Parts: sequence; C-alpha cells; structure tokens
Amino acid sequence: MDRVRIANLTKYYGNTLVLDAIDLAVAADEVVCLIGASGSGKSTLLRCVNKLVPFDHGTIELDGVSIDGERFKNSNELHKRVGIVFQAFNLFPHMNVLDNITLAPRKVHRVSRRESEEHARELLSLFGMAEFAESYPEQLSGGQQQRVAIIRTLATNPDVLMLDEITAALDPELIGGVLKIIKDLAAQGMTMIIVTHEMGFAREVADRVCFLEGGRILEEAPPSELFSTPEHPRTQQFLQRIIEAGRL
Amino acid sequence: MSTESRVPAPPAHQTLTFRERYLPFLISFASVAVVFGLVARLVTSAEQWPRIKLQFFNLDAIIAAFPNVFRGFLTNMTVWAIALVVIACWALVLAIFRSLSGPVFAPLKVFAILYIDLLRGIPSLLLVLLFGFGVPALQIPGLPRTGLFWGGVAMILGYSAYAAEVYRSGMEAVHDGQRAAAKALGLSQWQTLLYAIVPQAVRNVLPALLNLAVALQKDVALLSVIGVRDAVREAQIFTARTFNYSSLIAAALLFLMATIPMARFTDYVARKDQERRLQRTL
Repeated sequence: MDRVRIANLTKYYGNTLVLDAIDLAVAADEVVCLIGASGSGKSTLLRCVNKLVPFDHGTIELDGVSIDGERFKNSNELHKRVGIVFQAFNLFPHMNVLDNITLAPRKVHRVSRRESEEHARELLSLFGMAEFAESYPEQLSGGQQQRVAIIRTLATNPDVLMLDEITAALDPELIGGVLKIIKDLAAQGMTMIIVTHEMGFAREVADRVCFLEGGRILEEAPPSELFSTPEHPRTQQFLQRIIEAGRL
Repeated sequence: MSTESRVPAPPAHQTLTFRERYLPFLISFASVAVVFGLVARLVTSAEQWPRIKLQFFNLDAIIAAFPNVFRGFLTNMTVWAIALVVIACWALVLAIFRSLSGPVFAPLKVFAILYIDLLRGIPSLLLVLLFGFGVPALQIPGLPRTGLFWGGVAMILGYSAYAAEVYRSGMEAVHDGQRAAAKALGLSQWQTLLYAIVPQAVRNVLPALLNLAVALQKDVALLSVIGVRDAVREAQIFTARTFNYSSLIAAALLFLMATIPMARFTDYVARKDQERRLQRTL
C-alpha cells in the first residue's frame, strides 16, 4: 500500500497557482526525489503534506487516511508521523543539542527525559556527533547543525521523512557528510520525499525522481532513466543547464 | 626545495613615547576642566547665586530633610521592585494572549488588545488619580483602601500595557522557521510558545524591558500626588514647612543614585545582547 498518496493537489498563493493538480504516490520504504527550478512548487508540496501550509483542492492520504479527516484533525497527530528537515536547520538557538533533540520526544511523545536522552546520544554517536551533545547550535558548523536537525527529526521516529533542500545552505565541503546520512537512512528503508538540487545525490539515492515545473510534475521515472534519457523537452533543458553548471 | 618556508615575524611591540601615551588624555582632561570651570565660575559669580544656593543647595537643610526623604525613597523603591516583578509576569501573559490564534482563544486575544489600547492611551498620572482616590472611595469590603496599594496597581496596569507590546515585538522578531520547526516536530501552540518562542523573545527584548524599568523607577514618584509619603511627598512637606527647596534636591539626588546605575546596567545588557547577535551572524 502507498504510504503517502497525493491526488489532484492544488494550491494558490493569492492568485498565483503554485501546485497544479499534483498526483504522487510514495510507497513504504520508497525514496522519491523532487527536482526542478526554484519556484516550481517543490517545497510547497512538502509543506502541504505535513500541513505547514493549507492547500485548496485535492487529497493527501497517509496510509490510506486523509490528512484532512477526523484522524488528523489535530495536526500534531500528523506531525508525529511525518517529519521534515529544513534548509535553514531551524534549530532552537537557546537550547543545547541534546535539548533540541529530546524536546519533541519528551513533550509530544511523553518519553522520559532519561530514556529520550539515551536515545538521542545513541543517534548522535551513530552520526558521529557524540561529542557535541552539550554544544549550542551557534557553536557548530552548518553541516553539524544540519546533522543535528536531521537527528532531531529522526528522534521522533517518523514514518515519513521529508527533506527540504537540506544541503542548499551548506558549504560544498560539508555537503557530503550530510548526504551520507541520508543514504544510510535510505538503505535502512526509511520512506523519504526529498527536495534537492544535488543531482548526483538524487541519482544515487532515489527510487524515483520527479521533475516539477510550474506546479506540475512534468516527468517521473527511475533516476537511471530520467537522468540519461529524459523525455520531456523541459526536463532536458533543465538537466542541460545543470550539467553546464557542473552539478551533474 | 631546501629552504624552509618562513613565516614573517609578528610586528614588534610598539613602545609609545610619553607624548603618544599621555598627551591625548591630558588634552581631554584640560579642556573638560577649563569648560566646566568656566561654567561653574559664571554661575557662582552671578548676583543671584547666594540666594540660589541657600534655597536649593543648602547643606543644612538637606541634612535636616534627609531622614524623612530617605524613608520615603525606600517606599518608592519598594513599590518599584514589587511592580517590576508583577509587570514582568503579567505583561508576558498579555503578550501571549495577544499572539494566540484560533477562534477558541479569540476572547483572550480581544481582551489583550483592548487592555493594551486602553491602558497605554491613558496618562499614568490620570490612572494614579483614578485608582488612588477613586477605588478607596468606593469602600468595597475586603479590598485594601490605601493609596499606596491602589497607586501601585495603577502603575502596574499602565506599565504592563507597554511591557506587553515590548514582549510582543520580541515574539514577532523570532524567525518564522522556529515556529515551523516546532510545529513540524508536533509541538502544540502552547508548547511552541513556551519552549521555542518565549525564551528567545525574552532574550531579545531584555534591554528594552530594562529601559522601561528605569522609566518606572522615576514614575513611581507619581504616587506622591495621592498622598503616599514617598520621597517627593516628604520633600514637599519639608519645603512647605521651611520654605526651602533643598529637600527636593535631596530627593532628586536619591533618584539619580538609583537610576544612573540602572541605566548603566541596561547599557551593559544591551551591549552583551549586541555582541551575541553579531556572533551569531558571523
């Protein structure tokens, strides 16, 4: 069964159509990458899936249950199951790494402080961040902050993990370490929807790649097909520009 | 290559000559001394100066008035300290009420907006008169009837409206991403405020709040108009008895001794805050 099923999703910002009848299904354990130029609606799509922004038409289902229905009336129930990591990390600057990670488990999932901290330290050492448990976000590099942000989301055990251009704000030499984590997660069978500009990464990690433009999915295919033999002329143009920019 | 890469030596520590080291200081000192000396001379040589001195800067009168004025000043500072604590808490509650969204919280939000609009728009003096004279006159059983209490309440009501707006600006200054992150982690609206927004907001507005605290430190003297025997009232009583205004100067000095350190402390906190922000953006 599909873990996430999006049908006819339409959204306007004012009079601007940003999502134009999107259909997308993501199976459990599947990794779907969304690519496309800025303003094509990729990030908005993610934000609709966990109700950070409202949408105008269509349905989004999580394991067959509509996120607009009674089950997810309280959107916190949805947020417990769908996690998102942001481009700008958005760590809480007044909390240290451990508190950042354990806040949601303690306050939302009612895990004891001791248990949540144990789990947090496990995750930190898994991702090579054990020594930074007591650090504050401003003491960390961008790459380290983003790793903490990923761990913070993972600590809530989400069923679906969404990543919104998580390497776009990082220095080039820090990107690899962050992407490595995501590849490991993919290998462990995490269901993920990933918005990215890192085509090499998308090619490697994705089961399916969707090319968005003007709020529509113009083309979707396994990465081997989409990157080597793109069908749609706009996809070809986009990939051509990426290649010219040396990003593929 | 056989030659070792050589790092240039750090610049030699420059020894300053006597001229370089002390001359700027001496010049500022001399110019300040000359200007202030001239002003002092001009004032003291004026024909009216002995009378002014007798009326305002009469040391004997200051000493005579001091015990009562000082006792009154302690009243001022007690009211100030209590009001400060109450305002800090109550204004935060108001700011949170005002920031709430959703139909369920509409009454709280409307209450906060009305409260802030009304109480911020009425002069403090008017509030003090209204509460200090008005409420005790009602003689409601069970409620205190002293001017001191109701004057303090008036100050709290007026200043909390200001402080609530300060808090609100601090909450709005917290980046939207923080809200999104908290929400995405499943935190409720309350939890988001409590754990993510408010701690950052308080840190943001601490200097501005301290500025309000300095203003309040002086404004507690308004209680003198409803008969509270604070520093100003005591000084006025002395003046009425002796026709000498030195007691008012004594009260002024006491207020300065409290407000100047407080203002310096505010500067210090603001500077620390500035440094913290700079560090984060670097």
